[in-house]
Amino acid sequence: MNDMPKGGVRQALRHDSAVKHVTGEAQYIDDMPELPGTLHAWLATSTKAHARILRMDLSAALALPGVAAIVTARDIPGRNDIAPILKGEPVLADGVVEHVGHPFAAVAAETMETARRAASLIEVEYEELPPILSIEQAIAEQAFVSRVLTMQRGDWREGLRQARHRRTGQLEIGGQDHFYLESQVALAIPQEDGDMLVHSSTQHPTEVQHGVATLLGLANNAVTVECRRMGGGFGGKESQATIIAGIAALLARRSSRPVKLRLVRDDDMIVTGKRHDFLIRYEVGFDDEGRIEAIDMELAARCGNVADLSPAVLTRALCHMDNCYFLPAVRARGLPCRTNTVSNTAFRGFGGPQGMLAIEAVIGTIAHALGRPADQVRAANYYGGAGRDVTPYGQRIRDNLIPRITREIAAQADYERRRREIDAFNATSPVIRKGLALFPLKFGISFNLPTLNQAGALVHVYTDGSVHLNHGGTEMGQGLFTKVAQVVAEVFRIDIDHIKVSAASTAKVPNTSATAASSGSDLNGMAAMQAAQTIKNRMISFAAEHFGVLPEQVEFAANRIIVGNRTLAFGELAHLAWANRISLSATGFYRTPEIHFDLERMQGEPFYYFTYGACVAEAAIDTLTGESRILRADILQDCGSSLNPAIDMGQIEGGFVQGMGWLTCEELVWDATGALRTHAPSTYKIPVSRDLPPVFNVRILEDAPNRAATVFRSKGIGEPPLMLAIATWLAIRDAVASVGGHRHAPPLDAPATPERILMAVEALRKGAG
Amino acid sequence: MPTVSMTVNGKTVSRDVEARTLLVQFLREHLNLTGTHVGCDTSQCGACVVHVDGRSVKSCTMLAAQANGASVTTIEGLAQGDKLHPMQEAFREHHALQCGFCTPGMIMSAIDLVKRNPNPSEETIRHELEGNICRCTGYHNIVKAVKAAAANM
Repeated sequence: MNDMPKGGVRQALRHDSAVKHVTGEAQYIDDMPELPGTLHAWLATSTKAHARILRMDLSAALALPGVAAIVTARDIPGRNDIAPILKGEPVLADGVVEHVGHPFAAVAAETMETARRAASLIEVEYEELPPILSIEQAIAEQAFVSRVLTMQRGDWREGLRQARHRRTGQLEIGGQDHFYLESQVALAIPQEDGDMLVHSSTQHPTEVQHGVATLLGLANNAVTVECRRMGGGFGGKESQATIIAGIAALLARRSSRPVKLRLVRDDDMIVTGKRHDFLIRYEVGFDDEGRIEAIDMELAARCGNVADLSPAVLTRALCHMDNCYFLPAVRARGLPCRTNTVSNTAFRGFGGPQGMLAIEAVIGTIAHALGRPADQVRAANYYGGAGRDVTPYGQRIRDNLIPRITREIAAQADYERRRREIDAFNATSPVIRKGLALFPLKFGISFNLPTLNQAGALVHVYTDGSVHLNHGGTEMGQGLFTKVAQVVAEVFRIDIDHIKVSAASTAKVPNTSATAASSGSDLNGMAAMQAAQTIKNRMISFAAEHFGVLPEQVEFAANRIIVGNRTLAFGELAHLAWANRISLSATGFYRTPEIHFDLERMQGEPFYYFTYGACVAEAAIDTLTGESRILRADILQDCGSSLNPAIDMGQIEGGFVQGMGWLTCEELVWDATGALRTHAPSTYKIPVSRDLPPVFNVRILEDAPNRAATVFRSKGIGEPPLMLAIATWLAIRDAVASVGGHRHAPPLDAPATPERILMAVEALRKGAG
Repeated sequence: MPTVSMTVNGKTVSRDVEARTLLVQFLREHLNLTGTHVGCDTSQCGACVVHVDGRSVKSCTMLAAQANGASVTTIEGLAQGDKLHPMQEAFREHHALQCGFCTPGMIMSAIDLVKRNPNPSEETIRHELEGNICRCTGYHNIVKAVKAAAANM
């Protein structure tokens, strides 16, 4: 008999919905059969960046045949507030609109077309107010959505004063639209007693539940939110989903009919938040080796009109502006800039990418100042050794894989030889220039806020041995449902086909955290493991007692249980346990141990562990046109002991290409009136298959179980690979720097679009001339 | 309202629809064939690709009336019972999907490309699929799947 059940941990299983996806059977919310009377909604949004609404006339819209309901801020039965962290963030603008695209009303009608036409018939008279449209302007006016964050260690002022070398610098880092292929959508269905059921494409069913309950003036138990799957999330459906679900629920309440709100792509890009763009300014002091002695950095983020998740994004940015480098004396200030643009939000990496890119720019500045290779400057600054293993926020690094990973990636990518080849190539190539970069990363895993690091699960075993699994995590394509089912299969030693995972639902597992921060499988996997283990323990106790053996003589083997000298199928024992009145249902709960963080002082040990990775990227640029190509990428990524190497590889490859988009081709452009001009893939360039590096070697770090006691010693993988793409930006920057003989730091911001590359090349030519 | 008739996945269908009805709306809303997805609403992302008389078409860029009399195949029409089309099987086998939203359109485009290029190089596949956006996978496994499927088609 084969003693390996099909589908425990470590197996490269396919995504649990793979067959449904390739046959088109998988249901997204817009695919669900519509109940009779279902209405379709459309948003009426501001055309001004900042204005007082003097008058709003709904009469023409209401008179349109087919219109069933219109809601404005005045029609909200509960409280008009969906703030995820702070307070006072209305779902519908109340009296004042604060960005172009700010929803102030919503229409429900028999068809989407009718709703759309009606929304356009709402007459609004504005009194324009002065807008804040840039980070610089917000800083000048000290306009912030929340308090300025400061993280400090040591005497950075004295450190800068005494340093042998000092440099200042600045870097602009662009934002990014999530462009999940399934745009934001929710379907709200009124229930008896005034309750509301909401199918929401959300990474955070609990937050949608709270938002809908607040808006409708209901208790949380009157609102149920469900999500079977999303067509991509990437952070964009963490807080933003509440806007969509909240408005759908308001319209459903007002019309007493089911209401579906699906944003068309242009509206999705205009109305919902994105990755924060940042303006970085720094002063760094260093020695002759390039070793950083002190640094003062300001990280200013465009937060948009309200705080949303921005304070947490900035916290993570500050906690990642060290990346792999020990900073003995540091002050880092996070400026949450309030602007009259859409409120920015979570996006894979959550501020981490911007913090890391900032310190990489600093490393480049030091390298050029000293005329040393950036790799040497990196090596001089890596964490490690006595007194050089504590982060600026006070966390000791106990699991340092930087030396191993950088060594292995250099060998895997044949780095030294290619470095020489590229330098030789550039010496004889006036137009096309190549660049190469090795980028290491360290990313902290856990939500910065300790409270959020908890999860619940619910497991039922039925009398035929089939298993129902539910947990607080959501499936957005990342394979979480598969991984957690693998954990349960491993505990019961049964084939994964016997386990069915059901839609995330606030009615099954309450008070959940967002599926975010790369923590989905860490948290929910542990909770599910605990629930399954509870049932397993009951089955063991029962079998021991029933058959008169010791508990140690009850063994769960592949799909069967050996009890002394008897063997029972898993289902047989389940049935027998039921017949003897043993509960076969259990909840599980997990809280990440050991972590703590003081948000006031920005000190503590917020991360349960770090995950590491490295990428070597090679780029070519055309110095006449500014075009660039990534020719090759080699990746080595730490996944601990991977729960599912196939799924983890998918996260690495996909995250990397998404990061490449952020740093090379995805550019958000706002015009002088504050309107986003890039709100469709025609003007906003998402990487396509042709942008994939022709040579793309991806490996998972072998034999590297997590030092922390995570679920089967695995590591979170959702976000880190996105940041590996920083290597592509560094490689392009290296190619640009070759134009000036690597003597000057290229003035290159992110994303490195052809325009920016060309301008940087021109600047170097002028400077070098 | 004009009557539109066509063969969809081998079955003749006929519906009275508004003249401006898009083919994707006809499939999703009138025939409940929801495997064809709408990703960008503006004929760019490729999530809505179906075959019209054997050629891949973005079904949000064509009126249902323009497909009158045509033979249309959607993602639902590829498998023979439980037996997946080689392209479907390859996407499943090679982990060429994550959230799955782009998958139906990607598969329909890939089948058309292999019909026109029976033995495509990786470069040809990358070039041909640039009208289909995937935000999750980074395309690496999609290219592998198409190459593998081409060998079995």
